[in-house]
Amino acid sequence: MRNALAQTLYEIAKRDPRIVVIVADISPAGAMDDFRREFPDRFYNVGVAEQAAMGLAAGLAMRGFKPFVYSIATFMLYRAFEFIRVDLAYQDLPVTVVGMGAGLSYSTLGATHQAVEDVAVAMAVPNLTVLAPCDPAETAECARWCAGRESGGPVYMRIGKAGELSLTENSEEFSPGRMRWWGPEVHACGDVCVLSYGPIASVAAGVVRELRSRGLVAEMALQPFLAPLHETNIIEKVLHYFDHVVIIEEAINAPLAARVKGLAVDTCMGSRGEDDPSLVIRSFALPREFCPLHGTREELLDHYGLTAEKIVAALR
Amino acid sequence: MPENSIERCKRYRRHILEISQQVEAAHVAPAFSCVEIVDALYNEVMRPQDIFIMSKGHGCLAQYVVLEDLGKLPPGDLDYYCDPRGVHGAHPDYDVQRGIHASTGSLGHGLGIAAGQALAERLKKSDARVYCLLSDGECQEGSTWEAAMVAANLRLDNLVALVDCNDFGGMDRMSEVHPALHPLSAKFAAFGWEAVDTEGHVSGDIVADLGLLVNGCPNALVCHTTKGKGVSFMEDAPIWHYRNPSADEYEQALREIG
Repeated sequence: MRNALAQTLYEIAKRDPRIVVIVADISPAGAMDDFRREFPDRFYNVGVAEQAAMGLAAGLAMRGFKPFVYSIATFMLYRAFEFIRVDLAYQDLPVTVVGMGAGLSYSTLGATHQAVEDVAVAMAVPNLTVLAPCDPAETAECARWCAGRESGGPVYMRIGKAGELSLTENSEEFSPGRMRWWGPEVHACGDVCVLSYGPIASVAAGVVRELRSRGLVAEMALQPFLAPLHETNIIEKVLHYFDHVVIIEEAINAPLAARVKGLAVDTCMGSRGEDDPSLVIRSFALPREFCPLHGTREELLDHYGLTAEKIVAALR
Repeated sequence: MPENSIERCKRYRRHILEISQQVEAAHVAPAFSCVEIVDALYNEVMRPQDIFIMSKGHGCLAQYVVLEDLGKLPPGDLDYYCDPRGVHGAHPDYDVQRGIHASTGSLGHGLGIAAGQALAERLKKSDARVYCLLSDGECQEGSTWEAAMVAANLRLDNLVALVDCNDFGGMDRMSEVHPALHPLSAKFAAFGWEAVDTEGHVSGDIVADLGLLVNGCPNALVCHTTKGKGVSFMEDAPIWHYRNPSADEYEQALREIG
């Protein structure tokens, strides 16, 4: 995902001189090296100084630039949180903060490096758009959207690290603000709709495949835009037409599930009618704890029951 | 005879006192310590393309009265200070039309934003300068020094930090809370800035020092001031960081300012 981000920013920067990249001693490498070589005036490594990175980005945005700030997600959102809140969100500036290696990506480095409460925290901040692409192609789409806007405020984009498989080819087109159906042929109603975002959507895809192999009509809606959340989309496309909704997140506090359940209670149950009380919403997310284990990301997800096999078993 | 800086600053202080009688939300003393600095910048030093950021947002009344005086604020704007009908609160909110180039109030944010604006102006090949007024209290924030480090290494010689060094925070003397941080000019110099000390209530000194900025690095002017300057019972009394003058105190303060 970080290579896709670097490549995309490099391509956009060739056309748009307002793109500036600020990194805090961590670079996405790949095409970012070309970016740095070709546009030395628009690439800044401020060192291990995340608060200064946000201030610098805010000042640049105020004078007409479109900064992207990049580092490991924990250090972007947590270390510099008040600078994201005040400098970027309160002043509503077009700065994209990329939090790399979110979720359990840094599976061997311990909880200091794991951004698992970032989605819940970021979704709480006014003006802050929260994006969570699921694969390299969607990361590129998100970066293009962030760079292409002529208005709008800050973005927190949480991405994985490297090696994520392609998931979105042949899926519904990326549409800013909205969910998108996964895969080429989609049933607009059915037994199960899985909602997911971020790299764990590949696990969610495994769940859908397994359910289909058992004869169920199962679909997946990818939700790269978490805030602001397109509530009507979820109500009208998902809650009205599927009997089971399964939400899979690599985050604690199940931030998307909390919102979807709230929407169901507020609006959907009634509209389905009292004679149709069959909507069931199931949430699979990380528990509210600092992960005590070290291992591969897959081993940590398995520990938390976040594998396709374990989720399907739990759904029975 | 045109009004000189001493008369202007008396008028600004009287106006700040008047505003303090409208609502219970004025930081009078922190504004009084920087009246001459803000006056010198806006009335003597800054060109139309230059930018001022009030990083010590709690001193914003000093900026508001000067902006009003210069016609940057629409007439009557300050009649609704801290009032739902108005736009100005007790900390500045980003509003370029009104000459407010950053939302501040949370300390330690202004210098980083100012550095970003200075960098942007350099990238645009503009000759604009960015002036940023800090409190000595916010020099205790780590983020101030992150920004100082980055600004020096980017050689932002179009960035000027002014420190309103009144030696008081909300409670104690700054130089007693963190004696090792002082003298501040030496700290800025250690971070790669050109730093000079000056008397912060003498407009002529501030203007003169701002005429001697060096190229190749950011410049800091550490202005030695008195919190609550001009009113005997406010000077160097921590309670006046927040406190609003009563009607009697207001009358006395007006008399002292003259």
